[in-house]
Amino acid sequence: MTTLLIYAFTSIILFSIGLFGLVSHPNLIRKIVSLNIMGGGAFLFLISLAYHGRSPDIDPVPQAMVLTGIVVTISATAFALCLTRRIREKTGQCLLEHCPDKPET
Amino acid sequence: MPELLILVPFTGALLCFLFPGHIRDVIGLLCAVLTFVASIILTGNIYQNGPIRLNLGGWKEPLGIGMCVDGLSVLFIFLTGIVGLLVSLYSVSFFSKANNQSLAKHFWPLWLFLWGSLNSIFFVSDIFNAYVVMELISISAAALAALSGTNASLIAALRYFLLAMAGSMAFLLGVGFLYAQTGTLDMYLLGAVTDGGPLMAMALGLMTVGLIMKTALFPFHFWLPPAHGEAPAPVSAVLSALVIKGSFYLLLRIWCTVFQDTTASPQTATLLGLLGLTGVIWGSYQAIIQNRLKLIIAYSSVGQVGYLFLLFPLVFITLDPAWKIEAWTACVFQTISHGLAKAALFLAAGNLIHATGTENLKSMRNIADRLPMTTFTLALAGVSLMGLPPSGGFVAKWMLLQSILASGQWWLAAAPILGGLLTAAYIFRILSQAFVSDDQISCCGHVSFVMEKSALLLAIFSILIGFRSKEVIFLLSEQVYFVIQGGIIP
Repeated sequence: MTTLLIYAFTSIILFSIGLFGLVSHPNLIRKIVSLNIMGGGAFLFLISLAYHGRSPDIDPVPQAMVLTGIVVTISATAFALCLTRRIREKTGQCLLEHCPDKPET
Repeated sequence: MPELLILVPFTGALLCFLFPGHIRDVIGLLCAVLTFVASIILTGNIYQNGPIRLNLGGWKEPLGIGMCVDGLSVLFIFLTGIVGLLVSLYSVSFFSKANNQSLAKHFWPLWLFLWGSLNSIFFVSDIFNAYVVMELISISAAALAALSGTNASLIAALRYFLLAMAGSMAFLLGVGFLYAQTGTLDMYLLGAVTDGGPLMAMALGLMTVGLIMKTALFPFHFWLPPAHGEAPAPVSAVLSALVIKGSFYLLLRIWCTVFQDTTASPQTATLLGLLGLTGVIWGSYQAIIQNRLKLIIAYSSVGQVGYLFLLFPLVFITLDPAWKIEAWTACVFQTISHGLAKAALFLAAGNLIHATGTENLKSMRNIADRLPMTTFTLALAGVSLMGLPPSGGFVAKWMLLQSILASGQWWLAAAPILGGLLTAAYIFRILSQAFVSDDQISCCGHVSFVMEKSALLLAIFSILIGFRSKEVIFLLSEQVYFVIQGGIIP
């Protein structure tokens, strides 16, 4: 049980670090990396559930969930990076704050 | 039938990627019509025969992917079907205009993907699949919000997407907690677990926070107005009418099916109600002081979403089961009528912006003369939003007010009363400009027949739903899977 607790606390700490980074960093790339750290926390928690002592075997369901989750996160990250690239091409910086009133043509 | 509702839009989306030009429009429209027909048939089936449960590929839970269709799901499917079909019709005309033509290439695949994912979320019976489907919705919705490619829309879309991702991560961690506690992912097996330990309470908290971020409840509403305001008209209509309802639907499922009364504490429910009340007032106030037409309508969504959250204190604190059911029905009814009215408003706004070339409220003068049909649409949808009889909004607010008074939580009554007045203020602010005649402003471009009529039909539906409230109430109170405590037998 204590091993599971160590994993659980580590993953909560990772999740919180990611959340803090997402809120506090203005740079978009850093925000996206922070989101991935949050995801890492959630995945670590899920994967640590695979061996929980309810049965001697390793539970495959959490592993399947983490695999699916990683695929989802990769595509979401790719999409967010694409948007960031477009924003950088248009405004010259990777920030959410820069928002001109007139939409450009 | 439920499989078709997912298969048809996804196949259509893939085909739209492959084919060029007008073939794309034809495929898109064909899929829209097919999906619409399938949603109507499914709604009729559930209305007559009660809820069904399917296991894809014959695999039973916990291995397979289960789908559950009950009265609550089909109402949302029905809403998505009507709004989807009319928005598709509108977009054929909207994207055939010269300056929008390049957008159609990306609009059709993304929109059909979004439609398919929305249909999937209404069938989902497994909390992990719910997470995956939610991500599908966020990705396609954010891509649609960025469709016009302007600086402001790109930034708004990315802000929405980052927030939605953070919400999904919180939801996923909640899924982990639930699995750690119970060892199952199926919503109905989870609902049978009655001991609400601290892990369950944390899971409920994380999932609720994740979902209210996506539903744009008051403190998390800041992403909504730019994202919905900057998108092209059909996209804003879909985002406001359907996408935020997807996450609200999941929230209802989580609270009513998975956790029920054992874990949900009255304090949390009261907090959600309080946030909803604040959202109603703040969103409507912001809508009044905006000067851009689409921003007014977008802020109005923030206000109208607030009503939906009154459901939590009313259903989870009230003791009398009859009033619980009334509050539950009222809030879901509000979701449906808001969806129809808001889609109509955004499409009508699209017509006005198309005709005048700007979205400043001042340039909306002379509109009543030149575009009477669109002005009528604005007014009809406004009637439903304000909650004047006999519209759908009226039925919802009437039942809401009744159940608030019966439950004794009188402070919640401020939401329907103040909210109605504030809504009237911003609707009349738009309409009063429309009737001012101003010789200096020369109006207007031509708006196609289809664009005017599809917006009008949506507005008419938002009124008509008020006449069919008996059927809606029947679906919501008799044909649902879960038990609202002490009340309904599944």
